Amino acid sequence: MERDDIYEYSLDTHHGEEEGKKVRKKIYQVLGILSAITIFEVGMGMKFSRVESMQETLKYLFILLTLVKAAYIVLVFMHLGDERKNLRWIVLATYIVLIGYLLFICLTEAVYAGEHRAWDPVVEAFKSIVGGGSAHH
Amino acid sequence: MSAHASTQPTDVKTIWGGGTSPFGISYGKMMMWFFLMSDAFTFSGLLTAYGFMRHKYHDVWPVAGDVFTHFPFYNGHIELAYVAFMTFILIASSVTMVLAVEAGHRMDKKGVIIWMFFTIIGGAIFVGSQAWEWYHFIHGTEHGAVREFIKDGVWVKEVFHGANLRVNEYGHPLFADFFFFITGFHGFHVFSGVCINIIIFIGVINGTYHKRGHYEMVEKTGLYWHFVDLVWVFVFTFFYLL
Repeated sequence: MERDDIYEYSLDTHHGEEEGKKVRKKIYQVLGILSAITIFEVGMGMKFSRVESMQETLKYLFILLTLVKAAYIVLVFMHLGDERKNLRWIVLATYIVLIGYLLFICLTEAVYAGEHRAWDPVVEAFKSIVGGGSAHH
Repeated sequence: MSAHASTQPTDVKTIWGGGTSPFGISYGKMMMWFFLMSDAFTFSGLLTAYGFMRHKYHDVWPVAGDVFTHFPFYNGHIELAYVAFMTFILIASSVTMVLAVEAGHRMDKKGVIIWMFFTIIGGAIFVGSQAWEWYHFIHGTEHGAVREFIKDGVWVKEVFHGANLRVNEYGHPLFADFFFFITGFHGFHVFSGVCINIIIFIGVINGTYHKRGHYEMVEKTGLYWHFVDLVWVFVFTFFYLL
């Protein structure tokens, strides 16, 4: 018996050979973009991660580039860009609001917490040990 | 793909009137989106906690470039080269997955099998690489660093190599805690993803979805797989680059 409570939407996304070529071209383009951004990021990281004056710029640049990469993955690879507008915005709006708040916690609140840090035995131990903390500037 | 919107009514009154999905997607796919939303909240929480502690202890926080310098079959040190390779593998496996989905849209069973096979291989390489990263992080460098820690029940102050949950050669122990927890949680997601992909792969080979008339199952597992890649993009930036 045919059921009438199941709605098939996946059939709408079927496409032919012609359309497929276009889709594949788009996929390879996005692969190129994502790879290029990653290589650029690693390059910048290697060159400037120990340059004190570049830290702020680097931080915001990396956050921005990461969001660009994330947008490509979500909109193209996960096909959210092809879904209906209402579904798209249910997902995106939630995160746009959330990410703004999380960045505020990470960047503003945490720096304040660092400035008003209570005496911390772990940190003191680092400072008192000769040769301790081999990895920071 | 854009056929999606055009073949279904998008008028507000019509789509919320019943008898159709207001979002134009099936139940399974929508639940996958909801699951991914909640999973993303978990990862955001973890990464925010990491970001908070990192800024709070900025003066004793390790530079990732000093920590992750190993490369297989090479004795020298190349900063971040291996993790860049891992990132590329995961992005590539995301691409093969989306190609499998595309092949599914053309009802090309052979194409789906080939691309899903490469996706599974990519995922397996990534999990293996992560284990390798952990190994080197836990064992640390040859010179090590002087640390104060509990050894056999008493406090000692001596050279320590590598990192565990309490002592970290490279800097603040919290760095190691977050590293193990976040990359571990992500690695477990990749591992689950590989298992789910294998299950779907078997279904594809058996022709289960071909008989059904569409490859939506591949699409759904694809959503999960892309999400894993998406999370790694953030982990990569916040852990390794910054």
